[in-house]
Amino acid sequence: MSVSTIATWTVVFATLAITAKPLGEYMSRVFSGSPTILDRLFTPFENALLMWAGVDGSVNMSAVQYGTAFVVVNLVWMLISYAALRLQAILPFNPEHFSGVNPYLAFNTAASFTTNTNWQAYSGENTMSYFSQFANLGFLQFVAPASGAAVGIAFVRGLAGRPLGNFWSDLVKVCTRLLLPLAVIVALILVASGVPETLAAYLRVHTLAGGTQIVPRGPIATWEAIAHLGQNGGGFTGANSANPLENPTPVTNIVLTIAMGLLPVAFFPFMGSMTGRPRVSWTLFFVASVFALGMLAMIYFPEHLGNPRLNALGLDGTANMVGKEVRFGIGGTSIFETATMSFTTGSVVSAHDSYLPLPQIAFFLGMFLNLVFGGAGVGLLNMLMLVLLTVFLVGLMVGRTPEFMGKKIEAREVSLAALAFLIHPFLILVGTAIAVATPPGQAGAFNPAPQGLTEILYAFTSAAANNGSALGGLASSLPFYEIALGIVMILGRYASVMAMLLVVASLLAKKPVPETAGTMPTHGLLFGGILFGAILILNALTFLPIIAMGPLVQHFLLASVQAR
Amino acid sequence: MTLDSMGVPSIPTDHSSDRVVDYGRVFADAVRKLDPRQMIRNPVMFVVEIGTAVVALFTLGAIGSATEGYDLLVTIVLFFTILFATYAEAYAEARGRAQADFLRRTKSTTRAHRIAPDGRTEVVRAGQLLRGDRVRVEAGEIIPGDGEVVEGVGAVDESAITGESAPVIKAPGDSVTAGTRLLSDHLVVSITANPGDTFLDRMIALVEGAVRQKTPNETALTALLAVLTLIFVLVVVTLVPVADYYSPNAVNITTAVALLVCLIPTTIGALLSAIGIAGMNRVARVLVVAKSGRAVEAAGDIDTLILDKTGTITYGNRVATAFVPMPGVDDAELAQASLEASLADTTPEGRSIVDLALRRLGLPTTPALEGTPVEFSAQTRLSGVDYADGRTLRKGAIAAVKALAHDPPPELEAAAEAIARDGGTPLGVVADGRVLGVIRLEDVIKENLKERFAGFRAMGIRTVMVTGDNRTTAAFIASQAGVDDFVAECKPEDKIAITRAEQAEGKLVAVTGDGTNDAPALAQADVGLAMNSGTMAAKEAGNMIDLESNPTKLLDVVMVGKQLLITRGALTTFSIANDVAKYFAIIPAMFANVPGLKVLSALNIMGLRTPHGAILSALIFNALIIPALIPFAIHGVRNRAETAERMLLRNIVNWGVLGVIVPFVGIWAIDRALGLFGLS
Repeated sequence: MSVSTIATWTVVFATLAITAKPLGEYMSRVFSGSPTILDRLFTPFENALLMWAGVDGSVNMSAVQYGTAFVVVNLVWMLISYAALRLQAILPFNPEHFSGVNPYLAFNTAASFTTNTNWQAYSGENTMSYFSQFANLGFLQFVAPASGAAVGIAFVRGLAGRPLGNFWSDLVKVCTRLLLPLAVIVALILVASGVPETLAAYLRVHTLAGGTQIVPRGPIATWEAIAHLGQNGGGFTGANSANPLENPTPVTNIVLTIAMGLLPVAFFPFMGSMTGRPRVSWTLFFVASVFALGMLAMIYFPEHLGNPRLNALGLDGTANMVGKEVRFGIGGTSIFETATMSFTTGSVVSAHDSYLPLPQIAFFLGMFLNLVFGGAGVGLLNMLMLVLLTVFLVGLMVGRTPEFMGKKIEAREVSLAALAFLIHPFLILVGTAIAVATPPGQAGAFNPAPQGLTEILYAFTSAAANNGSALGGLASSLPFYEIALGIVMILGRYASVMAMLLVVASLLAKKPVPETAGTMPTHGLLFGGILFGAILILNALTFLPIIAMGPLVQHFLLASVQAR
Repeated sequence: MTLDSMGVPSIPTDHSSDRVVDYGRVFADAVRKLDPRQMIRNPVMFVVEIGTAVVALFTLGAIGSATEGYDLLVTIVLFFTILFATYAEAYAEARGRAQADFLRRTKSTTRAHRIAPDGRTEVVRAGQLLRGDRVRVEAGEIIPGDGEVVEGVGAVDESAITGESAPVIKAPGDSVTAGTRLLSDHLVVSITANPGDTFLDRMIALVEGAVRQKTPNETALTALLAVLTLIFVLVVVTLVPVADYYSPNAVNITTAVALLVCLIPTTIGALLSAIGIAGMNRVARVLVVAKSGRAVEAAGDIDTLILDKTGTITYGNRVATAFVPMPGVDDAELAQASLEASLADTTPEGRSIVDLALRRLGLPTTPALEGTPVEFSAQTRLSGVDYADGRTLRKGAIAAVKALAHDPPPELEAAAEAIARDGGTPLGVVADGRVLGVIRLEDVIKENLKERFAGFRAMGIRTVMVTGDNRTTAAFIASQAGVDDFVAECKPEDKIAITRAEQAEGKLVAVTGDGTNDAPALAQADVGLAMNSGTMAAKEAGNMIDLESNPTKLLDVVMVGKQLLITRGALTTFSIANDVAKYFAIIPAMFANVPGLKVLSALNIMGLRTPHGAILSALIFNALIIPALIPFAIHGVRNRAETAERMLLRNIVNWGVLGVIVPFVGIWAIDRALGLFGLS
């Protein structure tokens, strides 16, 4: 392990660990209505915005109202975004004169950016005008994560026994108090590191060889900043963050990695601060951290050791650098990919199709779990969903009706949480099964089984998890995938969130029960260990067969070569 | 009031010895329960049943094929999996029914003398009595229905339902239970329950499981198991097209169903209803009638136990424990005087004084009473004896003794205060105006309570003692018994206030009671255990009735409630943990003949010999684990009083960790055993 790898990892872990608590407490102040330093700057603007929109941001909403506002406004954004993509040709800021986006791709892209998935069935540099990039998709990159975070905030309020709050007010405040200030900082760092920020047309440069090359550019720094802070992950260009104009140096690589994690990680101590149960939130924090470290190890070590088949041939027996950027190396690439799969960002600095099977399983793990901090707010929701199921399953073994945060977990909560859990495998397994069983789906995979299966499975998993990264090797611009994945993204985003909002409403309506020595502790090593085990087993039972037929088969194929 | 003056509680009578389970009927029921219309209430086993039908049809259609032996074996094992589940439920019901038969014996074809409005009596069958009817019961007759005594006083033998042989005196206002026998005098009883609705009927129905409704926690668990089943259906159904992507018809239908049945939580699904039925039976076995399963489940959640001092923590009566003579009085003289003054006193306290004096004086038998007894009266607060020679002996309250004495010594006050300070009650003894000394009466705390309360404390359950005693006495008893808190100078009416105060903090509260003024608290509490000897109002208000009228049994009920939940949790955890090994058995076996997937044989870490043998082994293990765990379902998993954290750790190791390991060993062993028969 090189010095630069150790330094990169240390900086990322230390920054996320150090910022989690203060950022969480800052969020707790903002979303409890306590005064903060930014009030003077933003309050008048926020109030004006809410007044202009004609909503009263001070009214507490019920779970159904909150959830409806969330879904309806997302739907409106999706429709507007769709229309704007279709009409791209007649809209301004189109120096390259791109035509309107075709209906399938426009649907897929609008769904993708509204659901915070940011799956891209296109290459930005030869499809999207600057208007589409910064005004349409850029706008969604702020509000899509903000609306997801708002739901997480409402859930935490409910857990804390407080009213759920107001969706409009939360939506605006996540943008103004968290995303905007942080985005400005990150964008400035990126610009300073050489990332372009311009509305001028692409550069036509004459190369030394005498040819002409078009260098795409645009408002890239601002795009990259919010793409990562909001766990969006779409690339300005097709090469995503592997493109030197998006992520030029090992330093920007670290900055983008940290930017992805800031909010999702801070959501855990935020919950601790709001509910007055920091020990519970730190326990969940550590469980998520162990999964993240496991993923990092699963990605780094096999890649570092290299492809056994090539090594067996006596080719220079070093790391598997296929599809990776030399400027980041295995260390910098591993940490970025771990982050992007943990936080469901989906931006990439390498080609996932070129990874060995074990790292690919780690990518899947991040998306299956969807709770290794996950997206800001929604990742915490997924974690709490598993916490509720675990508390119910093992909590009975202490001889009491299971309780979490002083509320009894009964039929309603458990059924809703279980249904929320069911949605994810349903979308992934059914989507994949349909794709591999039908000619339009089969047409997409560039490789035969098992890699072809892995490619298709990855696409549906990424869409269901609202991750947005692609393994590659799949013709995702086929109408079949544009429509199917669009639907999966939408269901994956809204169905489980609505179920969880109903869970918290049900918990909120219950009388709190006092904690005694007879209450099962939901913090500490024992519970953390049980939660870790339960998450692993429940997910393994669901996904092991399909993983066995995809990347695991490939792993054994590679291993069998090694043994020969 | 019981005639058994010391109120010594009998050991909970376990009538299991005279229960005989009719195995023939159990098997008949087990087969009858295979009816899909019944099975649909159990989503997990319903899926198994459908799967079995599919495989059976497939087997029939594929007779003569190369795999017909394998298909047939899978069908048989699947069939036994369902049969084990229905057997578990039928067996639990049969045990309940055996218990119910014992109860039913007492409910014979009793005849009743109904008093018509015109005052004449007519003979009707007990089953015809309606609420509000009045019946006349003569000595030697069985009381025909639940009701309240409105006229007469008589001794009733309740042994038929309580197992307690001592007769109980019933007077107007007392409640009587159907099936008990009047021993003396006659009673007029106003019937309070319609046919089929007496306590006996309810108890019979409950232990038989006839009126069993799913309890809230059982409903929640069933819902979760249904969703888990749905997930596994998804996993297996989608597996088929995905495997076909490798090579057409890669997955054999029989094997897919076998995988599905192995994965869905059949263990808990098969045993869930048996656990619930057995839980009710365990309550009934300590002779407590729970009006619903919900109440038993709530007992496990109790945070606070509100316990009457008298009868629950202490035996009902005080006992003489010491004689404290005044200066110049001989110990033996005081004992002799106390003995003589108490010979005519038939109260439990009086008899305990006699017992103590006999021991102190070394007398083998109680001497005969000479002289004229003087009854206790509320005015004098004294009792004793007057002799023909003019000597008088009195014992009684200190103030009354002082008033009677010519020159009460200052030591009297001091001795009385010392006794009161220690939680005792002082009783003065005076002979012809001369104070001889003080008898110390004490509450006697029931055995093992301190340990049990410590156990409850460990489980986070708070115990609160309520008593009408003054603070000093109450504090002493409370510390002796080891309760967490006490409320002194408490009237029965105050219990409701204490219950409400605890509930306001979100706690679940259990109370016991027998009087009409206990009824509001019994109704308000989450668990209200009424005494069978209590009034009708109390019995109506509570959600459980103790047939033996031993309030201490509230503690047993709480433990049964906890055990019920622990058993469900343990078997659920075990069931899910088992799946890990089954994947390692079935996944490699399933794809052993699919060209692109053969390498998955690397997952066969158990070294199972043949693909079909591996699948059969997993399936057989999955089936056999059901009967293997029936004893746990029926008797409940072991639980002891300890903190939630320790309990969790112990159970997660016993059921979670072992739940992962055991099937690896079991499946491997079955595979080897099948090998002996050439099946693997």
